[in-house]
Amino acid sequence: MLHETSAAAIAIFAAFVIGVLWLSFFLGRKGQSAAGYYAAHGQIHWFVNGIAFAGDYLSAASVLGICGMIAFTGYDGFLYSIGFLAGWIVALFVIAEPIKALGKFTFADALDARFQSRGIKLAVAISTLVVSVFYLIPQMVGAGSLIKPLLGLPHEAGVILVGVTVTLIVVTAGMVSTTWVQFIKGSLLVFFCGVLTMLILGRGLTENTGSLAPQTLTVRPDGTRLVDGQPQSRDHDLRPVGSIKSLPARFAGRRETGPLRPLEYLAAVEDSTIVTWSAKKRVDADGTHTTFTPSERSGADLLKPGGSFKGLATGQLADRLDFASLMLALFCGTASLPHILIRYYTVKDGEAARRSTVVGIAAIGMFYVLTLYLGLGAMTSGALDPTDTNMAAPLLAKTFSTTLFAVISAIAFTTVLGTVSGLIMAGSGAVAHDLVENVLGIPMTDHEKVRCGKIAAVALGIVAMGLGILFRNFNVSFLVGWAFNIAASANLPALVMLLFWPRTTREGIIAAVTVGMVASLGWILLSADTFEKVYGLSREASWVPFSQPGLVTIPLGFLVLVVVSLLTPPRPAEARTT
Amino acid sequence: MDQPRDRGPDTSAAERRPGLILFWLYVLLYGGFMALVLVRPDLLSLRPFGGVNLAIASGMGLIAAAFVLAVIYMILRSGR
Repeated sequence: MLHETSAAAIAIFAAFVIGVLWLSFFLGRKGQSAAGYYAAHGQIHWFVNGIAFAGDYLSAASVLGICGMIAFTGYDGFLYSIGFLAGWIVALFVIAEPIKALGKFTFADALDARFQSRGIKLAVAISTLVVSVFYLIPQMVGAGSLIKPLLGLPHEAGVILVGVTVTLIVVTAGMVSTTWVQFIKGSLLVFFCGVLTMLILGRGLTENTGSLAPQTLTVRPDGTRLVDGQPQSRDHDLRPVGSIKSLPARFAGRRETGPLRPLEYLAAVEDSTIVTWSAKKRVDADGTHTTFTPSERSGADLLKPGGSFKGLATGQLADRLDFASLMLALFCGTASLPHILIRYYTVKDGEAARRSTVVGIAAIGMFYVLTLYLGLGAMTSGALDPTDTNMAAPLLAKTFSTTLFAVISAIAFTTVLGTVSGLIMAGSGAVAHDLVENVLGIPMTDHEKVRCGKIAAVALGIVAMGLGILFRNFNVSFLVGWAFNIAASANLPALVMLLFWPRTTREGIIAAVTVGMVASLGWILLSADTFEKVYGLSREASWVPFSQPGLVTIPLGFLVLVVVSLLTPPRPAEARTT
Repeated sequence: MDQPRDRGPDTSAAERRPGLILFWLYVLLYGGFMALVLVRPDLLSLRPFGGVNLAIASGMGLIAAAFVLAVIYMILRSGR
């Protein structure tokens, strides 16, 4: 769809971005030493750090991807919310305090605290980089999606704008500014999503009898676009979709419910008949034709599992395993994400780490409850862009006012900025502190460590921009699922066994991290989803039975660690318990 | 290494026990829900509480349970 830009929206958006950049330059003075740049001197207050956890964690996948998935497919998007939050239980109860006690700047510090091994540092640094890059892709794709309707610029411009802004944030002040950007973003996100939810409940549900004729978008080989055979223009464009055909009988023939309480709203959606749209793609010599077709579905059908994860409804074993694998990865992946783990080094002790995690769970849990309302609000708003699932939440906001659209878009953009800056921080730490200083053994002064991290941040920013353009057609939640799978497979087995199994050896850790990372990455590259959406090949040509690797590769990581540890004698220094 | 490492006693096995008990409790809740989604998704369409179906009620319940267990953990650890 073509979107009209508004001067107010651009002004609000610009104010957000300039405000964030100003904050970074202002706080840059506090982050000149290595301890300041990488860990904010360990002096961040636990409450600020807790909200910053929310800022770090609530990425484009949560804000844009989950809302879009619920809006287009129903309940299954909410399963992501449940899985994303559940992962924090592992972080709080198992990982938080030990990781704080063992580490200093990076995740590799913690894993290597007992062994002082260059091999561990190398393996973990590479795994940190791989996970960070895979997590960066959906953030950049989300940025590109946001820029189109907000500023009227192409996807590539959004990706480059985020890349340049974030690199500036990280290079200017490191972890201090990153933390405050996350704090502000996390606070604004939960607050404004709460406001949007109240507006949704206040408006209630309305029957909408827009046209239900199918519509086709054709993209010709020369790039020109046709809608139903005519050139696409503002006067002749795809119609927005997503509407209620009929409300429950208890509303006695009214076309509007009026304001509803939270549970009443969900029950009313469940008892309504809703029009959803599906897309089918066909390629021939004239170009790529995508036909969007409406279907009337009961709300009860949309609010049960199986809308997106088809195997839950059809009973296909491979599809069910795919779903189980994803949910396992979401549960295990949170506590293995490098950009989340390094946030434990910004507070002063284990008590502060624990408290900040509880604050983070409260803020993140609140947000995920809101995602259900935002997604269902978008599903029934009549404002969805059928070509872009990631734009559901901002377009929902636009049905209330252009200002709210600008605010939500700007917050979503800041969300991307925040998460990307955290990821680039984690990646730059892995390069400068783990690879250059500890693995290559290049001695660096405090100032050189910071400079090396900044150079790595610039390089990572450029890589992220390229990948954000390459993966533009993916749903961002789906892409984040891959990052969780790799993180959980590569990092969690080593971390958990180091804490709970005294027989763990350094060879076991190196093998578990390496095998977990290579196996999960290889599985993803050989999966049906990658064959279809990245290589453009048939799904049937894929080499693995389902797309999400966690169900196989997480246990594989544990198994490899145990076997290799048992085969390698512990050195005297390794023989003590943690 | 200009920042001292915090290797305090709070990582001992005794200190970890309450967290691990709460962790396994949540694993049971999460695993039970996922098993239901995988094996009997039809049950989640039931509306035993009148308004919303079991899929939404249990999903919201899991999110609330995570917060409640986190607060219990914080209270338990603060009391030690």
